[in-house]
Amino acid sequence: MTAFDEMLPQVDGLRKPYTGYDRWLQTQQAQRLQDKMRDAERVFRKTGITFAVYGEEDAAERLIPFDIVPRIISGAEWRRLTLGIEQRVQAINAFLDDIYHRQEILRAGRIPKDLIARNAAFLPEMIGVRPPAGVYTHIIGIDVVRTSEDEFFVLEDNARTPSGVSYMLENRETMMQLFPELFQKVKVRPVENYPQLLRQSLSATRPEGSSSQPTIAVLTPGSYNSAYFEHAFLADQMGVQLVEGQDLRVVDGHVAMRTTEGYKQIDILYRRVDDAYLDPLTFKPDSALGVAGIMDVYRAGNVTIANAPGTGIADDKAIYSYMPEIVEFYTGRKALLKNVPTWRCSEADSLKYVLEHLGELVVKEVHGSGGYGMLVGPTSTKVEQDAFAAKLKSNPSNYIAQPTLSLSTCPIYTDAGLAPRHVDLRPFVLVSDRIQIVPGGLTRVALKEGSLVVNSSQGGGTKDTWVLDD
Amino acid sequence: MLLGRTANGLYWMNRYIERAENMARLVDAGLRMALTRSQSSAEEWASVIVSAGAENAYREKYDQFEVGPVTDFLLRDPANPSSVLSSIENARQNGRAVRTALTRETWESINEAWMSLKRMLADPIDERDLPSVLDAIKRETALIRGSFHGTMLRNEIFDFCQLGTFVERADNTARILDVKYYVLLPSISWVGSTLDTSQWESILRSVAAHRSYRWLYEGDYKPRQIADYLILNGRMPRSLAFCYRYLTESLRFLSQDYGVRHACHATAETTYAKLSNSTIKDIFDAGLHEFLSDFIRDNNQLSDQLASDFQFY
Repeated sequence: MTAFDEMLPQVDGLRKPYTGYDRWLQTQQAQRLQDKMRDAERVFRKTGITFAVYGEEDAAERLIPFDIVPRIISGAEWRRLTLGIEQRVQAINAFLDDIYHRQEILRAGRIPKDLIARNAAFLPEMIGVRPPAGVYTHIIGIDVVRTSEDEFFVLEDNARTPSGVSYMLENRETMMQLFPELFQKVKVRPVENYPQLLRQSLSATRPEGSSSQPTIAVLTPGSYNSAYFEHAFLADQMGVQLVEGQDLRVVDGHVAMRTTEGYKQIDILYRRVDDAYLDPLTFKPDSALGVAGIMDVYRAGNVTIANAPGTGIADDKAIYSYMPEIVEFYTGRKALLKNVPTWRCSEADSLKYVLEHLGELVVKEVHGSGGYGMLVGPTSTKVEQDAFAAKLKSNPSNYIAQPTLSLSTCPIYTDAGLAPRHVDLRPFVLVSDRIQIVPGGLTRVALKEGSLVVNSSQGGGTKDTWVLDD
Repeated sequence: MLLGRTANGLYWMNRYIERAENMARLVDAGLRMALTRSQSSAEEWASVIVSAGAENAYREKYDQFEVGPVTDFLLRDPANPSSVLSSIENARQNGRAVRTALTRETWESINEAWMSLKRMLADPIDERDLPSVLDAIKRETALIRGSFHGTMLRNEIFDFCQLGTFVERADNTARILDVKYYVLLPSISWVGSTLDTSQWESILRSVAAHRSYRWLYEGDYKPRQIADYLILNGRMPRSLAFCYRYLTESLRFLSQDYGVRHACHATAETTYAKLSNSTIKDIFDAGLHEFLSDFIRDNNQLSDQLASDFQFY
């Protein structure tokens, strides 16, 4: 089966959103584009836009490959997508509030109790705690894939600490540096105000009683973290402090940072540290990445933690399969965006089906991420499938399975010209008293021909994502 | 508002940048001596190692003082925490940790210096390539300084950078003088021979002052003038007086910003007053070596006080 190409579909030549770009492309010489490709790499390397891959020797800093062909979405397509995303994000926040309070959805029997109670991502410490302004997922990244002209699916809801937004911004910056004239010819909606929007959005969720000019800080695990560049970038662009656990302590019932003039109160902590490391007094006792006692401050309503602890229960892959029910339960309407059909291997019938169809399915760990620990049936060998089947049987509830979607493709620029590669899309959604979505997002692209795995840790690259102002 | 950890990172980033440059100059001066003297360059290389403050670490590894091992140790040995390679790695690591406090130009210049020096110093250096390697090190640090001065806002961030630069530079100049103070003493009988002239020139060269000295003193190498130039001349950018002028200035800005004075303010001002009110005769009368040892001790104390007064840890 041939995948749907977003620029050059099989049936009729060129898709409409790409006409302006294509007209420009036809006037470009191959040599110039190849030079630009190398320029792009130099720009990224020079600014230190790098990431680390765990478990690789001397992988301290690698570049995520950048492709110079933009991924283009029309204004109409975008409006449709955002409606679906807004609905989903609303439902996720309502779900989180419910699950940590009255648990109406469990009482109504819409999802099994065990799925929550026995889920490691469910934080009992959050029961009965209402975050400032009632917001749980201040920043959420909804991974969307496309399979045809009209079909979009949500692949994953990243409700903990979605990353990649710095690439969205730097990719645009790089494109504007490389091809300034192109942006005169094609009207693309801007994304560069994301940091200001983020700052405003976070400010709007400040704790009650804090100043209307709250102090915000980004909490990073440190400069050895794989996403450190992004943490620094966001702090810098928002004009707020970038702090580490060692800079923080609880002073007079507030979280405070050690400055050259002594300790200063923090009202809002945009943390890029996992729940488990947030407070050694509540969670992992040996964590040096968090702040001892911050959960007490949080429960007292004296600090906003973004995202709230315990949001992982909403992007758990086992919960994912219930998202259509969840959306309908809280919004009273059918979900606008589709879920990928999902087999829960914890259910005997499903497990049987999955084992019989391993060669066609994608099997994922329930708590996995980053493309690790998954089996992509169609591209796997018999030996790999047998090994995976054994793992599946020994711990079925640890896995879900999905059909291999025929992800859309978008051309990348290679030495031999344009070549189609599979892509996905992560728009970034900000939640405060309203929901805002920056027109664009992170397009990840599987650079290997035929590959469906777009994760940067598995050889994926990125593209600039354009939403047309049409 | 500035995090204590950030202030610490800025301070050390600049100490290490300064250190990388100073190492290159020291090796440069040593190389020049070895070329111009017919015999026993070992003594010269030994004093280069001592000036670099690396004697113990060096002796653990080598018995002989020769151009190969000395330059390797000072330029590219990762086991030497003050080698150019270690310094630039440390500067960059600190810079990366405080990246949000730096302008894009400043950060990029540090990152690029790190990339290019890492490449250049990856393999042992052929003696014939030494001059161009040393030039490249000086050029990279100059580029960092250029982008830093051209783009950074003059605020507390700038002040902590300046403090790092000038504490390191003062320490470096004082140590170079102290290692060779005996050739500056009037009791040395061979004044006027070519031998000591080259020693003096080497001192000036290692702080990049051999040409400017000649402009000021019309080519006449006189030990007392050299000492005066490097200790008390407020216009010479690597002199102790110059360093302390900038240290006290940065500290004054900080006390104005914060509305507080700390122990470090008194320490720096006392040292600066001593430098401003002494003549070179006073210093020689009281003992040049004693003066320099006291200075190095006080300068270290200032560094410790900065860390505690501004909550570096």
